Amino acid sequence: MSGNLNLVGYGLAAIGPAIAVGLIFAAYINGVARQPEAGSLLRPIAILGFALAEALAIFGLVLFFISPR
Amino acid sequence: MVLAALSPVLSALPMSGEGDGHFPPEPQDFWQPLFAIPGTGFYFTRSMAAIAISAILLSWWLVRTTRNVSVVPSRGQHYTELVYNFIRNDIAKDSIGAKDFLRFVPLLFALFVFILLNNLFGIIPPIQMPTMSRVAYPIALTAIVYVVYHWVGIKKHHGIVNYIKWMIPPGLPAWLLPLVVPLELMTFFINRPLTLALRLFGNMFAGHMLLVVFIVGGWELFTSDSIGLKFVALPAWLMAVVMTLFEALIQFLQAYVFVLLAASYFSDAVSGEH
Repeated sequence: MSGNLNLVGYGLAAIGPAIAVGLIFAAYINGVARQPEAGSLLRPIAILGFALAEALAIFGLVLFFISPR
Repeated sequence: MVLAALSPVLSALPMSGEGDGHFPPEPQDFWQPLFAIPGTGFYFTRSMAAIAISAILLSWWLVRTTRNVSVVPSRGQHYTELVYNFIRNDIAKDSIGAKDFLRFVPLLFALFVFILLNNLFGIIPPIQMPTMSRVAYPIALTAIVYVVYHWVGIKKHHGIVNYIKWMIPPGLPAWLLPLVVPLELMTFFINRPLTLALRLFGNMFAGHMLLVVFIVGGWELFTSDSIGLKFVALPAWLMAVVMTLFEALIQFLQAYVFVLLAASYFSDAVSGEH
């Protein structure tokens, strides 16, 4: 069996942003469920937060590819 | 028989520089030269073709649908207005504020339609290459946003010294300054452009890689010797179809996120608050 441990490392690193994105959308759904008229106000905020959390996973991906094999 | 006839098509799918399919795909597969530009040593690549096509298509569409603007819109004008209103009201007005959002709308609209079309090229069959999966293109777009929000900020604060002073939150105790000042400067000068460019690049790159893995991986399974593995190819291709639909969602979302973040950076620069 051969391979690269970087791959496992990236998989582990992706857990953090995954939890973050889950929390953000959970909060968004909660907010809309409690106050449906706030939906359009909350959507850009939720997507902004999602994008910021996701950036960490994307960094990991890029670092995985530029790291020496 | 049909599948055998398809095999040259399928094996050409990864479109690596070498010409034949291999698995797993690598970042080098995204460099796809079409022909050499004589005398320069440069190559005309597939993503360059895609970005040229997108520019031509967008110019044609926007000129066509806005030349004879009428109060009762034609169908084409209606769709263009739909997108324009989305950018103008839902992104620019909401995040920059009613006072001076209007001067940013042309830039935001251009960025949105340009990125959206280039992203969608990732799943439109004859092209099937998201331009932004080559990192230079998102960097170029980010450079425009970067220059604009710093320019606007410097003009708003009457000079670069005041602009940098404004970046530091007021009312901090002196012992915190050595910690906060580098962090704030990094946010404005390094983190923002870096995340903006890499987010778009990473999403398009990873998404396209995923599609290639499922499609080419399915082909690898199908052409393997074991009869059991041949059957596994079908779920793999089914997954490729599902992932293509998912990609369409991501591609729209990334165009939206890029413009939303650009708008929020402009908003920061013109608002004058921290």
